[in-house]
Amino acid sequence: MLSVLRSIWSIPQSMWGVFLHMFGRRATIQYPEQKAPLPPRWRGRIILSRDPDGGERCVACYLCSVVCPVDCIALQATTDETGRRYPEWFRINFSRCIFCGFCEEACPTYAIQLTPDFEMSEYQRAAMVYEKEDLLISGVGKYPGYSFWHVAGVAIGGKDKGQAEREKPPVDVRSLLP
Amino acid sequence: MSEGMRYALIIVIVLAALMSLAGLLIWVERRLLAVWQDRYGPNRVGPFGLLQPAADIVKILFKQDWIPPFADKVVFCLAPLVIVATTLTSFAVVVFAPGIAVADLNIGLLFFLAMSSLGVYSIILGGWSSDNKYALLGSLRAAGQMLSYEVFMGLSLMGVVMLAGSFSLGAIVEAQRNVWFVIPQFLGFVIFVIAGFAETRRIPFDLPESENELVAGYHAEYSGMKFAMFFLGEYIGITLISAMIVTLFFGGWLGPWLPPIVWFIIKTLIGLCVFILVRASLPRPRYDQLMAFAWKLMLPLSLLNLLVTGAILVARGN
Repeated sequence: MLSVLRSIWSIPQSMWGVFLHMFGRRATIQYPEQKAPLPPRWRGRIILSRDPDGGERCVACYLCSVVCPVDCIALQATTDETGRRYPEWFRINFSRCIFCGFCEEACPTYAIQLTPDFEMSEYQRAAMVYEKEDLLISGVGKYPGYSFWHVAGVAIGGKDKGQAEREKPPVDVRSLLP
Repeated sequence: MSEGMRYALIIVIVLAALMSLAGLLIWVERRLLAVWQDRYGPNRVGPFGLLQPAADIVKILFKQDWIPPFADKVVFCLAPLVIVATTLTSFAVVVFAPGIAVADLNIGLLFFLAMSSLGVYSIILGGWSSDNKYALLGSLRAAGQMLSYEVFMGLSLMGVVMLAGSFSLGAIVEAQRNVWFVIPQFLGFVIFVIAGFAETRRIPFDLPESENELVAGYHAEYSGMKFAMFFLGEYIGITLISAMIVTLFFGGWLGPWLPPIVWFIIKTLIGLCVFILVRASLPRPRYDQLMAFAWKLMLPLSLLNLLVTGAILVARGN
């Protein structure tokens, strides 16, 4: 009997509890006027970052294109006159992209990065395809001070083998003979 | 102004007020539900989102008026009209203030009960003519639920009728000059409110249209304006039940300072908000629980209420 009365009492109790929510804080974020706080690691719009010197970081290794589960990244590698690899063109189809971030994880040079920006709606489907000039930013993104060509053991114009940071000159194997 | 003109004017005002109130209730319900769920609700269209119902109606008017090829076309089109017609007709006997009523019949309460029983036809015919298993199951549930709950809905009001000595809604309000009937008839009030929720098929008694089991129940095949008619019927229905609760238990238009009609409107609006609050807070029971609750608990309770009220009246010698 007591439990029956208690369950009946729970009905006005829960109604009162719901009523009190009238004076509680709203959970809604009024979006266009009020922006949701996005964490710095938010996986949004993809960009291509640059070296501290302003050169492109991307070495056109195709790893991002290979790892992409929806095949939305396409590029063509080429070499400049100093022997530096770079993408001739770089294309991301954002109407396919699922923002999984695998490309960022695969990238050996920190070139491709995901940014906290999701406001990229378009009226035309074709406008969702971003070319290299749309993707390249002028800054270093999340990795300031990192320059792949300064640490890579590859000879490019103006830098021979053994001249990179934390690298010793190559050993002449013939000098090691007994 | 002649007598006929006066009544025509009252009818037009009541119809217009009810239709616009039903439209506005869409906004009120969405807004209040949102407020009680820590949200804002529709607040973009017009000031405070007040034009949201207008936008909804424009949208629903431009929807394709689709009748399923397997449906019984005539009945399918007629069914939504029945519920609007019966609920609107019930308002004929509601006394808004002294002298402001379409017809203060001496059998007003019986008329209301009869009309709310007729409303079941709309749901049964709508579900039957849809030729859809979910719609049919929904309308079967509605038929069982409304028949069961009507039994003690009528019985719960008999206490009020005994105290007032009349079936006329005007006389019932006048009989509450000293004390509102919610105090001497508290049990009857609770039973009537429960039956009223079941009659309007609102949460927690919305089993005929329970979304997670029956898609949308009896109106699963309806769209466009015909669907809107079902909704209009539902909103006018809750306004009617709220107006009846106010008339029968909360002294109708009686109240100090303000004009009688204002008191009636304020009380009815509070009733509507309680309807929405209940929707925001209570879950829906299982169908067998619903039936057992009606026949094993509510019916005996309303009979007990009837007996005790009668006994007290006889003992007091009137």
